[in-house]
Amino acid sequence: MLFLPVILPLAAIVLLLFTYRMKRLQQWISIISMSAITVQAVMIMNRVVLDGPFAAQAGGWPAPFGITFTADLLSAILLLATGVLSLIVTVYSIGFMDDTRKTAGFWILIHGLVTGVNGSFLTGDIFNLYVWFEVMLISSFVLVTLGAERKQLHGAIKYVVLNLIGSVIFLTAIGLMYGQTGTLNMADLALRLRESEHTGLINSSLMLFFIAFGIKAAVFPFYFWLPASYPTPPVAITAFFAGTLTKVGVYVILRFYNLFVVTDLATWQIIVMIVAGVTMVSGVLMAASSYDIRKILSFHIISQIGYMIMGVGIATVLGLAGAIYFIVHNMLSKTATFLAAGLIYKYLGSYDLKALGWIYKDYPLLAFLFLLPALSLAGIPPTPGFFGKFFLIYGGFQAGAWTITIVAILVSIITLFSMVKIWNEAIWKKIPDESAARQKNPLPLTSLWATIVMAGLIIALGLLTGYLSGYFLEAGRQLMDVDLYIRTVLH
Amino acid sequence: MLTLLAVIIGFLYASSIYMFLRRSIVKLVLGIVFLSHATNLLLFVTGGLRSGEPAFTAEDGTVDLAAVSDPLPQALILTAIVIGLGITAFSLVLVYRFHQETGTVDLDEMAEQDKP
Repeated sequence: MLFLPVILPLAAIVLLLFTYRMKRLQQWISIISMSAITVQAVMIMNRVVLDGPFAAQAGGWPAPFGITFTADLLSAILLLATGVLSLIVTVYSIGFMDDTRKTAGFWILIHGLVTGVNGSFLTGDIFNLYVWFEVMLISSFVLVTLGAERKQLHGAIKYVVLNLIGSVIFLTAIGLMYGQTGTLNMADLALRLRESEHTGLINSSLMLFFIAFGIKAAVFPFYFWLPASYPTPPVAITAFFAGTLTKVGVYVILRFYNLFVVTDLATWQIIVMIVAGVTMVSGVLMAASSYDIRKILSFHIISQIGYMIMGVGIATVLGLAGAIYFIVHNMLSKTATFLAAGLIYKYLGSYDLKALGWIYKDYPLLAFLFLLPALSLAGIPPTPGFFGKFFLIYGGFQAGAWTITIVAILVSIITLFSMVKIWNEAIWKKIPDESAARQKNPLPLTSLWATIVMAGLIIALGLLTGYLSGYFLEAGRQLMDVDLYIRTVLH
Repeated sequence: MLTLLAVIIGFLYASSIYMFLRRSIVKLVLGIVFLSHATNLLLFVTGGLRSGEPAFTAEDGTVDLAAVSDPLPQALILTAIVIGLGITAFSLVLVYRFHQETGTVDLDEMAEQDKP
């Protein structure tokens, strides 16, 4: 059952290859398979909540030798969020994507991406993780270049090269780690690292891991590929990337940090905190100085990644729970802002703030659909963004991490500023050149409804936080409890 | 043998970084190729370098661990080589399309072209 989140999208890819260029049929297959993946994620979630974490061994090979798939509450939560998100983005894309891209393999590629993401969330083997990363990366490479517009190619080169360097560093780290410990299974590795004496060598491998995942997660100083490439493809693709790709990097940092960092904890904590702080500040400052909606939102991804990494650094149950909550909130809110930006583009034909205006007067619903996730990103109650930041800041003060917490509060003020900037320029301002009488296009219905559902989910997550927070705290506890993880896999 | 391999790996890493720092994106792709080769060799070394014995168990079920090298890294390299092949093919096509679209293989020159 644990392998189904990977097998289902793979099976869908086969079906989609057989129905290549049959536009309608491919759309239906995609919707059905994404729904099936979501249902599967709900089942895994259900089992984890009822029985606790569980593992499955590929081919029946016992734990340290075969490839293990493990699901604890963290994996289950992220799996569910990814399932819901992919379903919504799929529905959105039906109305949004142009026919050329749809028939050029768009549906196949997003299934490839989902395969890689789900595999990374579940696997318990570091080399297998590398393979899922590559599955994910290859799909995203093609998605970034799909359509092969000039600016897309330009952004793609930076994206491809920096991510490839990240992958190779990851592989190097795997090689060095295996050379020292003789195992690839994450639970077994955690067990052996605790007994190991070569702390210097282990720290060097861990640093390589941190750099590799830092490149994927887009933290300072490795994020330069993100603003170069994310704004270039059609916004449905960017929305999907924003919701899944960088979050996988953060998930792996969360997992590895808790399992493998056994020595020099204080030094690691300082490194992680500095990285988190600088990521937050530099991301939000660049966002505040941009004038293209997609660029602003892309820089915000970086800034928000900083918050999640801050949760890793706080390293208490509350901090980790905050980070996990923040990941989920960000997957929803960030994707929703991109989806709304796509609708604005469809409606008025531009992403440039200087050319936009008066959406509030002409289309209040659209204005609301943008406002809600934007406020959520800035952290206004009762949106989930507020509760995410509340957990993190409360956890930060409790753990005595004053500096980073104060930085986090200041950054969220600048976040509000840049969101208000989009609101003022795109939604409230008069259209600058009214004599040109901008043509207003009708919005594709599937895209509009997908965005409305997304907004509904954000409201639901915010209002149900009190009820759901127990699950997030439990996820944080399970993440910290390395013994539990080892027991789940090895026995 | 180990020293020789260490020098070769270091040289490959160094040349790949040199290639990354050039302006031409064709050389960038060459850099990626070198980098993945360097890493594959590094993985190979982690399995231990012992010549002459295949990594099989004898008929009586025993295996002389001192005589054979660890076969797992070699299996990992196989996977990594296949992935590297796919990625190199993709990057070559990307560079080719880039050249078709812009008529240059130099990123700075392209930025110049885009200036209004």
